[in-house]
Amino acid sequence: MSEFLQQILNGLSLGAIYALIALGYTMVYGVLRFINFAHSDVFMVGAFIGYYIGQHVPQDTIGGGLVVLFAAMLGCALLGMLIERLAYRPLRGAATLNVLITAIGVSLLLEYSGQVFFGATPRTFPSVFPSTNFAFGNLVISSNQVVVIVVTALLMVGLQLIVYRTKIGTAMRAVSLNPKAAQLVGVNNDVVISFTFGLGSALAGAGGILYAMNYPSIDPLMGVMPGLKAFVAAVLGGIGNIPGAALGGLLLGTVETFVNGSQWSTYKDAIAFAILIIILLFRPAGLLGKVSIEKV
Amino acid sequence: MPRPHLYLLVALLAAFGISWFSDRIDPYHLDVIIGIGINIILAVSLNLVNGYTGQFSLGHAGFMSVGAYLAAAVSLFLGPRLLGEEGGTALQQGLLFLGALTAGGLGAALAGLLVGVPSLRLKGDYLALVTLGFGEIIRVIFQNVEFLGGALGLNGIPAYTSIFWVLAFVALSVFTVTCLVNSTYGRGFLATKDDEIASEAVGLNTTRYKIVAFVIGAFFAGAAGGLYGHFKMTITPTGFDFTKSIEIVVMVILGGMGNTVGVILAAILLTLLPEVLRPIAEYRMIIYSLLLIVLMIVRPQGLFNFKLGRAKS
Repeated sequence: MSEFLQQILNGLSLGAIYALIALGYTMVYGVLRFINFAHSDVFMVGAFIGYYIGQHVPQDTIGGGLVVLFAAMLGCALLGMLIERLAYRPLRGAATLNVLITAIGVSLLLEYSGQVFFGATPRTFPSVFPSTNFAFGNLVISSNQVVVIVVTALLMVGLQLIVYRTKIGTAMRAVSLNPKAAQLVGVNNDVVISFTFGLGSALAGAGGILYAMNYPSIDPLMGVMPGLKAFVAAVLGGIGNIPGAALGGLLLGTVETFVNGSQWSTYKDAIAFAILIIILLFRPAGLLGKVSIEKV
Repeated sequence: MPRPHLYLLVALLAAFGISWFSDRIDPYHLDVIIGIGINIILAVSLNLVNGYTGQFSLGHAGFMSVGAYLAAAVSLFLGPRLLGEEGGTALQQGLLFLGALTAGGLGAALAGLLVGVPSLRLKGDYLALVTLGFGEIIRVIFQNVEFLGGALGLNGIPAYTSIFWVLAFVALSVFTVTCLVNSTYGRGFLATKDDEIASEAVGLNTTRYKIVAFVIGAFFAGAAGGLYGHFKMTITPTGFDFTKSIEIVVMVILGGMGNTVGVILAAILLTLLPEVLRPIAEYRMIIYSLLLIVLMIVRPQGLFNFKLGRAKS
């Protein structure tokens, strides 16, 4: 029983990171209707910002950890907005396929630039947050897991407040519902889209730090697998749906942790895609998404 | 109307003729040409799915790996039994290789059928993701099958791939795709791409067209995989990951979707580009990805698509 709880806990902390990345995918899909393949590499850049800043802050302190976290979020937000401005905005209104290919191009650009500028060999992420283990009977909770879950929960509450309680959040939802109509009532779509990229990328940056804390070997290709899985999480929950992305991330993290602990552990990378295929075949709108009827 | 068949015959004879002179070609150039040929087969076959039929598949490398593994298994495990210890004559080896490639292609086609039937009900981004997912699942399965070398892959595959085989399969794939698309039956592929709902309204079974395109595309991807395996003499599951699929998709898009000549040119260009940029190896992939972004912004219809008035959203 305690092993089961332990696995649930490990799964939730992994799932929380997937959820953070998934939110960025889902928000961008909400306003622009395309898969931002570069998102997983923004996540990677976040981890590297943490790596470089983390060497200049006091180690093992909450203050130092928070500085690293905010620096990565800010850096990623700027990077996300820059990518949107330079690569995606010129393609506004172009065929989905072209935007998709551009996204793949941006993703490759970030990965290969990373290999040139950061080096292709894995680096060890500094321990910026203090780390201890709390034991409750047989259940062991590491402070890293606490940080992951607390930070994710706070960011999600913050996101929910931004999307539902602020003017820009209302504008985001308006653009997502109908871009033309939003423009007609005076929403500046470009600003809203740029803001959405900034917000999503900041979450990816935070995800990068949290991921690197738990898996401290970072390299320029580290984002590919978590990115694909986070996208699966977004689709699982219903793409474009913010609570759905959170739910999908947590579910996927838990399932993956259980598979990893079982005899089929070598298949853990396949399980996310198997889930994706099953969900798309039987409920393409995702768990929380609305089923829409195609009009001719 | 025997003209296309005549072209095929001429192309096969030319391939045979060129292979006579292959000793005189610089080995490095020969390698590059074989690499180009394999990429042309991959790009032309994917073009049938992504270009002519308008379905976005990101799993071509998965089918390629099925073909590569199956063909390699045939020549590694079946070859010694059929040919004996000495390895047999050149003709015997050729027949074995043809059998291996056919087996690889058919295996990949079967995989294409299994993947295509459930997933082709989906559209656009979702189809892309499901095919990507299947490609990754195929890779993970190969990583876990001990019999096929697991994560280490298969080594010591006989080097049967020669310029003749590559050129012959290039000719065959181009011939098949061109004849198919220009036939009465094949108009259905274009109709499916242009307007699926209208095609269904006039009685076309669009699902069947999509599956046929998928299966034929997978067949040639599998054959290309077989050629690749017998060319590199070693295959690993990670060599067929999603980056490889993207590489092929990029060839199709740069060539201009549904434009076989353009796709062939793009395959040549994109295979040569890393070779030309080899002196600045560190930066070549950065340049490659930058080119991709810039081209999508400046020439979204593809590099080699000169048809006017087809800028369709």
